[in-house]
Amino acid sequence: MPVSETIELSLQVNGVARTVAVHPMARLLDVLREPLGLTGTKEGCGEGECGACSVLLDGRVVNSCLVPALQAQGAVVVTVEGLAQGQELSPLQAAFLTHNAAQCGFCTPGMLVAAQDLLGRCPAPSPDQVRTGLAGNLCRCTGYSKILEAVATLSGPGEAKR
Amino acid sequence: MRANLTDYTIQAPATLAEALAILAAEPGVWTPIAGGTDLMVLFNAGRLPARRLLDLSRLSELRGVEEDPARLSLGALTTYTELLEQRSVHTCFPNLVKSARATGAKAIQNRGTLGGNIVNASPAADTPPALLAYGAELELVSVRGARWVPYASFHRDYKKMDLAPDELVARVRLPKPRGTGFHFYRKVGTRQAQAIAKVCLAAYARIEDRVVTEFRVGLGSVAPVPARAHRTETLLVGCRLGALPVAAARQAIQEDIAPIDDIRASAHFRRVVTGNVLEQMLMELAKA
Repeated sequence: MPVSETIELSLQVNGVARTVAVHPMARLLDVLREPLGLTGTKEGCGEGECGACSVLLDGRVVNSCLVPALQAQGAVVVTVEGLAQGQELSPLQAAFLTHNAAQCGFCTPGMLVAAQDLLGRCPAPSPDQVRTGLAGNLCRCTGYSKILEAVATLSGPGEAKR
Repeated sequence: MRANLTDYTIQAPATLAEALAILAAEPGVWTPIAGGTDLMVLFNAGRLPARRLLDLSRLSELRGVEEDPARLSLGALTTYTELLEQRSVHTCFPNLVKSARATGAKAIQNRGTLGGNIVNASPAADTPPALLAYGAELELVSVRGARWVPYASFHRDYKKMDLAPDELVARVRLPKPRGTGFHFYRKVGTRQAQAIAKVCLAAYARIEDRVVTEFRVGLGSVAPVPARAHRTETLLVGCRLGALPVAAARQAIQEDIAPIDDIRASAHFRRVVTGNVLEQMLMELAKA
């Protein structure tokens, strides 16, 4: 198989089919932010510790700084920009707003994506499940309580409404 | 400093046969990559020595879980999340469940693979102590054929493995424990998620008539490789649950380990904590 300098990377991002020419070792994070212009996804640590670059890749949360472009060929990607329905915030985004769950806001896109992943596979998470679901996302402002409260309000009837 | 992309090449063979042919044609030139949760960290820091990467992530031959009454066999590309989704892993190998949950956080568990955790060969990796405690075997494949090796002898020295440059780890096979079993897994890190172990201890004991008849202990972060605690195991086999030699075992395990000082913990800390975790395990075993 020939090794080329750049590849035609085709992927579906937030419901839209996109094709870009990128180096196969370019990080998915950089592909999203630069050629695709989706700067909602942030770079924090660049080593899979902080979760600021969280996106959904084929329906599962990943650190986009650790995904080479080649491995995203044909993938379905959802970034923070894909959570709202047009101008209408998703229930999770609305809960973050109501609970002041963003301070400086840098971790917020990753927090939202990780929380969306959690709610997707566990619609009524317990407080412990919320903590585990967000354990890979660091907030340097340490505003965790309000983030956890915001996610808890989404945790379905009879569960951990605080 | 960030890596310069043009220094790197990556290719994705479509089949296992193609991947093995590439490894055989240029042994040692191509470095396998799967989930990327270790290699991409080095790559991002500009510290990945390998320049040519072989993407294994789409090789269906290295995926999947096979089960028979005696054994469970996991493809090397099985992710931590996939491990956690396997009912038989929960029923037969609870230490493996705990080790998968202790690895990174969800985003890492969705990408990282069992095979990668093994061949990255970090002495601090979370699944190897569990695999050692369960007496795992590895299937290694190359164009020359396949061979099975006991995992306990796979790690030779720091980052040195019983793995030829043209070989890949294809599967991990675990014998299902029979009868009454005792399972223990404890990772000591700075926090529960996203931490690298300072000490990790996994144990499996088979108990018959209140006597330990089979016993394996796997250790992480206390030697150059994930290691078995052979002296401690020998001491405890044959012991009655009501009369476990705790003090002698604490002494024996000090001879099983060879910890070092590093950024995460001192050798002294690791020695003390290994003894304490062993004692905790024995107290739970006594009540099993």
